[in-house]
Amino acid sequence: MRSLIDILDLNTDEISQLIDKANDIIANPAKYSEKCRGKKLATLFFEPSTRTRLSFEAAMYELGGNVLGFSAAQNSSAAKGESVADTAKTTSCYADIIAMRHPKEGAPLVAAMNATVPVINAGDGGHNHPTQTLTDLLTIYREKGRLDNLTVGFCGDLKFGRTVHSLISALSRYENIKFVLISPEELKLPSYVKEVLKKNNLEYVQTTDLDSVMPELDILYMTRVQRERFFNEEDYLRLKDSYILYPERLVNAKADISILHPLPRVNEISVAIDDDPRACYFKQVLNGKFIRMALILKLLEVE
Amino acid sequence: MKIDSIKNGFVIDHITAGNAMKIYNLLGLGNLDCRVALITNVPSNKMGKKDIIKIDDDIVIDTDILGFVDPNATVNIIKDEVIVDKKKLELPEKLTNVIKCKNPRCITSVEQELPQIFNLTDKEKQVYRCLYCETKANNA
Ligand SMILES: [Zn+2]
Repeated sequence: MRSLIDILDLNTDEISQLIDKANDIIANPAKYSEKCRGKKLATLFFEPSTRTRLSFEAAMYELGGNVLGFSAAQNSSAAKGESVADTAKTTSCYADIIAMRHPKEGAPLVAAMNATVPVINAGDGGHNHPTQTLTDLLTIYREKGRLDNLTVGFCGDLKFGRTVHSLISALSRYENIKFVLISPEELKLPSYVKEVLKKNNLEYVQTTDLDSVMPELDILYMTRVQRERFFNEEDYLRLKDSYILYPERLVNAKADISILHPLPRVNEISVAIDDDPRACYFKQVLNGKFIRMALILKLLEVE
Repeated sequence: MKIDSIKNGFVIDHITAGNAMKIYNLLGLGNLDCRVALITNVPSNKMGKKDIIKIDDDIVIDTDILGFVDPNATVNIIKDEVIVDKKKLELPEKLTNVIKCKNPRCITSVEQELPQIFNLTDKEKQVYRCLYCETKANNA
């Protein structure tokens, strides 16, 4: 019995298998529509995240399984003071697999240590969100046909963006990835993530200027620059436009650049780009469901 | 200053000056019935000043805690007033309930019954990280 708490719990072979499985599900959905008949997924969402929960639930339904759970802590036994460990033990009696989202870092690990069924971390505070990273990897693979030999730009809030940190550590394991880190000074990638890059002898450049690096990029991963991350309003107003993607900024981009965003977006990608074939963020949402289907099958050991 | 020699027990030597009280507390030496001597600021050729703890009983010492607080200390094991063994300490791979995670977003901040577990993630830099949230411990 295995759980997925951190993206690095999976080696690159296992990630390839999941991507292959997801691609097969996309190609032959009918083949998988009964695979989890009689199985139940418990979605334990101690903080609301409608998109992630819907993605997990849709994934389980499309495998022919069922879903039970709750979507906010005040509706659950946690509101009565039950520990994460006890919730995991009792849920194991009802469900075959658990997807847990929790505002506290490490809660899904505690659940995995106490559950008798597999636990998937569906996001623990600002810490890990491995199924988002799997979604990103599947999207990159489907767009580019590979996970190596890529120049990947990350733009926006690289300091607090956990999706950025975990995608960087996941991509660090592939050959010849060049990282381009584009952010305001205030929101630069934290040094402990840079350590990972240095340790693995990976090439990276840091810049505050998106336009100057645009022509190099195979992938552009956009993130939200949030107002509350800045000390004062002037800095925010001065900087926010530098990290917003308008159609004009793509003039110098590669013809086949792939634009990703973990969503939800606020205004960092202009809606004018949505219909550009290089915009992949809505495909990403769909890919998220398919990779979760592949993951559920793997953890339930369903062939 | 004279402290009687020990019959059967331990001498924890080469403790970084100032660390003896911390070790005394973390090892729970205050709860022992036997004689315990805590000697601070002893002149040392190697270290300038050092602390020494002598324990006159054959107890079990948690070398993980000791190695974490002061990896340079040495443990002499005394049998019949003779040193029969010297133990070099090492940084433990895992610390259970020795230090607490200070990250307010960590699950251990709201669930106090959880064991506080830290893993050694960088031996060279002596970095310990919380098992749950991976926050670095400030053990310096
Ligand atoms: Zn912690």
